Amino acid sequence: MFGHLIKRFIQMIFVLWIVSVLVFVMMSFTGDPTFMMVPLDATDEQIEQARRILGLDQSHLVQYWRFLTNLLQGDFGRSFVFRQPALQLIMERLPATLEIVFLAMIMALVVAIPLGVYAGAYPQRAGSRALMAGSLIGISLPGFWLGMVLIFIFAVKLQMFPSSGRGPTEMIWGMRLSFLSWEGFRHLILPAVTLSVGTLAILMSIIRAEMMEVLRQDYIKFARAKGAANRFVLFKHGLKNALIPLITVFGLMLGDLIAFATLTETIFAWPGIGKLLVDSIYRGDRPVIVVYLMFVAFLFVVVNFLVDVAYALIDPRIKVS
Amino acid sequence: MAANMPAAPPAPQRSLQRSWQRFLASELAHNWRRSASAIAGSIIILGFVVMVTAGPYLTAQNPYDVRQLDIMEAFKPPMWLEGGAFQYILGTDQQGRDVWASIVYGSRISLFIGLAAMLGSVLIGATLGLVAGFYGGRLDAVIMRIADIQLSFPSVLIALVSVGWVVYARTVRGATLREKNREYVQAARVSGLPNHKIILKHVLPNVLTPLIVIATIQVGTFILIEASLSFLGVGVPITQPSLGLLIKNGFDVLFSGLWWISVFPGLFIMLVVFGINLLGDFLRDELNPRLK
Repeated sequence: MFGHLIKRFIQMIFVLWIVSVLVFVMMSFTGDPTFMMVPLDATDEQIEQARRILGLDQSHLVQYWRFLTNLLQGDFGRSFVFRQPALQLIMERLPATLEIVFLAMIMALVVAIPLGVYAGAYPQRAGSRALMAGSLIGISLPGFWLGMVLIFIFAVKLQMFPSSGRGPTEMIWGMRLSFLSWEGFRHLILPAVTLSVGTLAILMSIIRAEMMEVLRQDYIKFARAKGAANRFVLFKHGLKNALIPLITVFGLMLGDLIAFATLTETIFAWPGIGKLLVDSIYRGDRPVIVVYLMFVAFLFVVVNFLVDVAYALIDPRIKVS
Repeated sequence: MAANMPAAPPAPQRSLQRSWQRFLASELAHNWRRSASAIAGSIIILGFVVMVTAGPYLTAQNPYDVRQLDIMEAFKPPMWLEGGAFQYILGTDQQGRDVWASIVYGSRISLFIGLAAMLGSVLIGATLGLVAGFYGGRLDAVIMRIADIQLSFPSVLIALVSVGWVVYARTVRGATLREKNREYVQAARVSGLPNHKIILKHVLPNVLTPLIVIATIQVGTFILIEASLSFLGVGVPITQPSLGLLIKNGFDVLFSGLWWISVFPGLFIMLVVFGINLLGDFLRDELNPRLK
């Protein structure tokens, strides 16, 4: 198992290196940042000077080398717009994104687990069929559109929740978090619900499929023959075993959630990293885009690595092979 | 004598007829007739295809032709609401564009992108999967590593096709590994057929089934991804709005209560993707029990 983890670790470093190359290539061939730096009426001489300062007069290879060494030294460049380190910008916005991502994840799990267990235990019932149809609809709808519909119903018409922005925040462990005050929590609800629907739908159908598989096993028959209570069999024996494969899905899902958060944050004007990315794309704020891409790739790779470790710890069969 | 004989249909038509009859008698068709969700999905898809092909004949207005737009007709609600006009079933947008006409024209863009992205993914993915599975060895290892790396990116970071191919490559490789040791492939090898012919004529037809299942569902997924990208403003050009761009345009005026401009295109995407998923799930359960 240890060898397996080392192999995965090396692969992780390799992936991050590939990402750095991709990001660099993408940035080099999409527009010239010089014109973000110089005034509109700049002379040719000033433009030349700006290009020299940015290092754009060098060859691509030299530029990449500088880019890579700067990355490794923790220097991610400064935002053209905010005039502060791009990494700092991302870190300031990160708690806002994590807040809705985690709330969405919790909502999805809390709803999907009991419903998925039910649908898996009694697949023939009308209720289960309705749940599966609902799950299919949840997968079929554009999440950002659902957010708009929620805004229209609950914010514009019923005025139950605020339509956009983040509520008051409090400093905890050096992060600005908003879920502790009622006003802040009210702002969180609609974005989190929007974000959770897709995940909820997928989770439910996975749990159902896993439950159907697990309930066919002999140890379930044995538990039933022993006279164990139905609920005990379903949750203690059934769900526990059905949840193991979910761990692998978790890593991929977290990545998807952060990706979809970009849309949700745009709709709800939620000041997280996704909105920062979209704004930066519109403004041509290259350093911020670079850091966002590198950061998300890093997060994604690390989470998937941890998922692998957790999986190896939980499932003894992997240790052997 | 010969003149009295009923004229036999030309050969291609006859073989088409025969395979159609064989299809009707198959287990798939039998189960299809008994599955309400498969029929519903097929009807939705058929309706969508008819709508996309008949396009211009279904609308009184060409929403891209500025001369046909009348700014005085802007912001009309759907016809069943007060102030709605029969002429504009689902209302009009900021520029007096018929929402229904926009949906019909936007569907063409969305479906085109969905299909094109799917075909691109199938082409790349199936080719790499076949090659990896058939030749094995180092080539296989390299291709599968690239697939692993690709999978460890969140989908938003990369464009449509570049995400899609991995699923095909993996599935096709798995199926190819299984098929290449079967007798018929051995027989083809012994008879001296070159490798590329064995792959195309013998292996490919036998790994096609899982491919079709994934491709069906993926068209829906791609329509959704395209809508998301368009909404963020990084999708297709604005001159020919896809369904996602229509939603974006409607979002700007949602807060003034003009909900129909964005809600109907979204509902429409949902209906179409739902239909595709219904049929896709049916096909998956029928054709490929292992994927269940």
